[in-house]
Formats: sequence, C-alpha cells, structure tokens
Amino acid sequence: MYTIEAKNVNFFYGEFQALKNINLQVEKNNVVAFIGPSGCGKSTFLRLLNRMNDLIDGVRLEGEILFEGKDIYRKDVKVDELRKKVGMVFQKPNPFPKSIFENVAYGLRVNGIKDKTYIENRVEQSLRGAALWDEVKDKLKKSAFALSGGQQQRLCIARAMAMAPSVLLMDEPASALDPISTAKIEELIHELKEQYTIIIVTHNMQQASRISDKTAYFYLGKLIEFGDTRKIFTHPDHQSTQNYITGRFG
Amino acid sequence: MKRFIEYLVEGALKISGSITSITILLIIIFLFKEGSGLFKNPVVEEGYVLTVNRDNPVEHITSFQIKEIYDENITNWKELGGIDSPILVFRFGDLENYFSPEELGQEYENIPQCLNTLINREKNIIAFFPELYLPKDFSGKQIAKEKISPVDFFGGKEWYPTAQPAAQFGLIPLLLGTLWVSIGAILLALPFGISVAIYMAELASKQMRSILKPLIELLAGIPSVVFGFFGLVIIVPLVQKTFNLPVGETALSGSIVLAIMALPTIITVAEDALKNTPRAMKEASLALGATQWQTIYKVVIPYSISGITSAIVLGVGRAIGETMAVLMVTGNAAIIPHTLLEPVRTIPATIAAELGEAPSGGAHYQALFALGAILFLITLILSISVEYISNKKNK
Repeated sequence: MYTIEAKNVNFFYGEFQALKNINLQVEKNNVVAFIGPSGCGKSTFLRLLNRMNDLIDGVRLEGEILFEGKDIYRKDVKVDELRKKVGMVFQKPNPFPKSIFENVAYGLRVNGIKDKTYIENRVEQSLRGAALWDEVKDKLKKSAFALSGGQQQRLCIARAMAMAPSVLLMDEPASALDPISTAKIEELIHELKEQYTIIIVTHNMQQASRISDKTAYFYLGKLIEFGDTRKIFTHPDHQSTQNYITGRFG
Repeated sequence: MKRFIEYLVEGALKISGSITSITILLIIIFLFKEGSGLFKNPVVEEGYVLTVNRDNPVEHITSFQIKEIYDENITNWKELGGIDSPILVFRFGDLENYFSPEELGQEYENIPQCLNTLINREKNIIAFFPELYLPKDFSGKQIAKEKISPVDFFGGKEWYPTAQPAAQFGLIPLLLGTLWVSIGAILLALPFGISVAIYMAELASKQMRSILKPLIELLAGIPSVVFGFFGLVIIVPLVQKTFNLPVGETALSGSIVLAIMALPTIITVAEDALKNTPRAMKEASLALGATQWQTIYKVVIPYSISGITSAIVLGVGRAIGETMAVLMVTGNAAIIPHTLLEPVRTIPATIAAELGEAPSGGAHYQALFALGAILFLITLILSISVEYISNKKNK
C-alpha cells in the first residue's frame, strides 16, 4: 500500500483545468520533489493532498486521491482528522501572533490535549526535531515574530511536527529564505525522512536533486515524468524534462 | 498657461481645506464659549433677588438648597446651619396676603417699603422678588448672590431649568440617562453584531453575503425618525406588556431602538476587521487540523480583536449622539435612573427638546450649550480611543 496514491486526478478552477489526469504513487518515508515551471499545477496538486483547496470557491475534482489506501475525498472523511495526519508547511513562514511555545502547542490544544507536562514535552521534542530548540529555549514566551525568517520557517515545521503527522507537505519552504537558512532546512529534511513521508514543491533544481528520492516533473497541468531523482536528473525520458532541469526554459 | 491653471487649482484646494478647518474650529469655539457662559449666570434667576432678615445667621445657600426650600423639602433654618426655627417662604405673589391694596399704594409705589417692613418684621423669612422692588435703604440681607458654579452643573443631581427662584442645571441625570441607554444598546447590539459579522466574514456563502450586505447597508440608510416611529409603535408597547409597566417609554426601549441603529456600524466595521485576517494565518490553523470554528475563535477573532473593539466604540459613539429616535421612545424624564425599565432623558434629546423654548442668551440656553460641549467631549474621547486602538494594532 502506498502512503499517497493519485488515480486519474483532474482538477478544475471554474472552467480552467489545472490538473490533467495525474497518476502518482508516493511510498512511505520517501522524499518526493515536485518540480516544474510556475503555473504548472504542482502547488495545486500538493494542496489537494490535505484538501487545502476546499477553501477555494468554484473548484471541482475528478478521480481519486488515496491516503493510506482510503479516498480522502469521500463524504465520511473528516477533513480536520486528515490534516492532522497530513501536515503542511507553507511557502512564507506564517507563525501565529502568539508566543513561540504557543505556536507549537497550538495543534495539540485544538486537539483537546490539556495535560501540561505532555504539551511541554511535545513542544520541546518538536523544536528539537526542527533543530530550533537550542536557539529558542530561553525565549519560549517571546513572540514568534521576534524570530528571523529562517527560524520562523523552522518553527512552522516544528508546529506541523507536533501533531505527529505521517506526511509533511512543503510548499516551497525555502523560497523566501537566505542561503544559510535554506541549508538548515535542507539538512532538516534529510533528518525528518526517518520519520515522515515528505512531499516538497521547489523551484530550485539543486535543492530537488540534493534532498529528494523521487522527482515529479509537472508541465501545463500534466505529470510529464515521475521517477528516481538520480535518473530524472541524469537521463530523463522526455525532452521537456531535460530542457527544464538544464534551465533552458521555465 | 497650463502651469497657471495648476497653480490656481492648488490654491483653490488649499483655501477650501483651510476654510473647512476654520469653520470646524469656530463651531467648537462657539460651543464652548456659549457653554461656559452658563457659569457667568447668578444662581438666582437674573433680575430677581433672594433676601433674608438682617439677623439671620445663614450666609451661604446653594442653588439646590434654594430649590428644596421653595419645594418645601427644607422647612427649618437649622438644616441650613441657622437657628432652630421654621422657614417662612415668601414669593412675590404672596405680597397681597400681608398688605392691603391701600398699603401697597395706587401705583404699587409702596412695594419696596412694604417689603422692607415685612423682611424686618419676620425673622424667619426668605423672600424672592424682582430686583426692581429692592428698597433703596434695604435693611435686610441679600443672599445667594454667587454665580452658578461648576459643582452645581457637574455635580447637580437635578435638571429643572425652569425652576424658580433657582433653576437646576444638574448634569448627572442626563449623563446617566445617556450612558444607560447607550450601554444598554451596546450590550444588546454586540452579540448580534459580532455574530453577524463573523457569519458574513467566515461562514456565509457568496449568495448569502450578496443578500445580507446590501440589506445591512439599507438598515444604515433609514432615517432615525423612522426608527423612532417604529420604536414608538412596536417596541414601546412590547416593553410595556412584557415587563408589565405603567408606561413603555423606558431606557430599555431606547436601548433596543439604538441597538438596531448601531448594528450596521458594528457589523460593517467588525466584518472588515475579520476579513483582514491574513489567509496564511487561517490556512496555518486549518492545516494543523483545527476545525473552522476553532480557527475562528483561536486565530481570526484574536487577530482582529482591535478592529472589533473599534467597531464597538464606534457603535457606542453612534448610540451616544443619536437624538431623534431616543427622544421619541425614552419618556424624557430627567431623573436619575435606577433600572433600565425607568424613563430617562439623554443629553441630545434634552438639547433637541428644550432649545426651542430656552430664551436666547439666558442661563437655560447656555446650559444646553454646555451639554452640547459635554457630548462633544465624550464623542471626542471615543474617537481618540478608536484611533489609539487601531494604531496599536499596526505596530
């Protein structure tokens, strides 16, 4: 059983078809990179996996998306339960206007967890997991906005990790960060691979080749090529993929 | 040529700007000048005097005490710090009870002497008569020659501007009336207003919002006299029946009408504030498995709390300044209210109702301007606090 499996997925924004017949399987504890030029549908597809596109009016989905074998778009699926298992990190760091501690504890609290020591332990664990603990352990009560952009993004990763999801979706998590912060995030992704299945959208070819096991290349709403990262970056099957990764367009 | 026209337009804009600000400033100065004129009026009605016997030890007597004496609520000089003897109240019209028409003279030319005799004879008298008849060699003692003091105005518990000999210009019943009605209105409007704002900003479908939004704007456009009429015909009888009251014109009726009138302001401002919550915040919360409701009360409301506060304060401002509707449904009794089920009179209603009958330039007239100045100060404080709250958010 695949962790995530898409079967014949078509997706429409009103009349516009943003995704065309996508079929894709993600295995457990893999890092999968989605690459492709802007507007190719990779972010849209990513946001289908935790039903974030539900928030947009006038969208329509055809086909099936399975998470651990179950169709997540069936009527009896509880969206909030799904999102607890499929966490998400956004392009721009978006911490809440709360303290560092409360940011990480947020997911636990909305889950109805009241046990103080349990929450404290989980917050520490998550911050350690996101390689942020040493930098913030003395200022947990301070506002999250006092952190740098890179720290904020790692805080958002810690926040997602606190829910102990099995999948982490990352939508260009390093695109708004400086090179050093980016390197830290990449290092982190390497470590997180042990526990999580990670799907990451990126515009950075080097990043995709460094961190991912598999790569999916999207173009104009179609999944052109999907396979082992090494193969895609060395001998892609399609000319279009070759052109894109060598920077000839996009 | 083009340059010249631009120059001209710029000048015209500058002039209209300055004229507007000067006009506003002049209105405010006028308001405060007329209002402060109240304190230049004597306690006893202009053109009249209040006198006692020469041997009466009482020197000072407040405006309120004068009213109480003439209402016969104070009947003994002891209560005013004098000797223990009953007060003999004398009004000018009582003159004929003491003197025959012959004694007063054909042309009433003997009135001053008669008054002199009377005041000399009666040790316990307090006499109120026109200054015109004050004897030249008056042997009594004139009291309460002071001007109306700020204490009489700000601390006065009675509003009775036509009382003789001393009109009562007490701010407290009117101020309390205004506050009771406004606070009642806000307490009623707040739950509805905020709920509708949340519904419209977060939950309503596009079609629902396209119906609700114009409806609420329509509500804002209804003239206040129509609200007053509606209140008089529907709400006043309803309040009367529900609480089994002798009259339905109460502070509560005013609060209900004002609540309906303040709703559009509260809803519009609060909805704008709620909608300003960044999408990224909401997505972050939802992506962590929070339900829509958890997201609303844990992220959206805390994020827009200062905007919601502004909505509340603006709603209060709307309620405090409202005149017509309140005048029509609150009963207008200038007494200090103890519950919401009593008639009250608000500051704007008082000004509107009494300005027509107050002689221009008189104490009553100036007292109404002083009320206007108080109202202005209250709304000024409210707008400054809105400014302060919304600035705080931006930091």
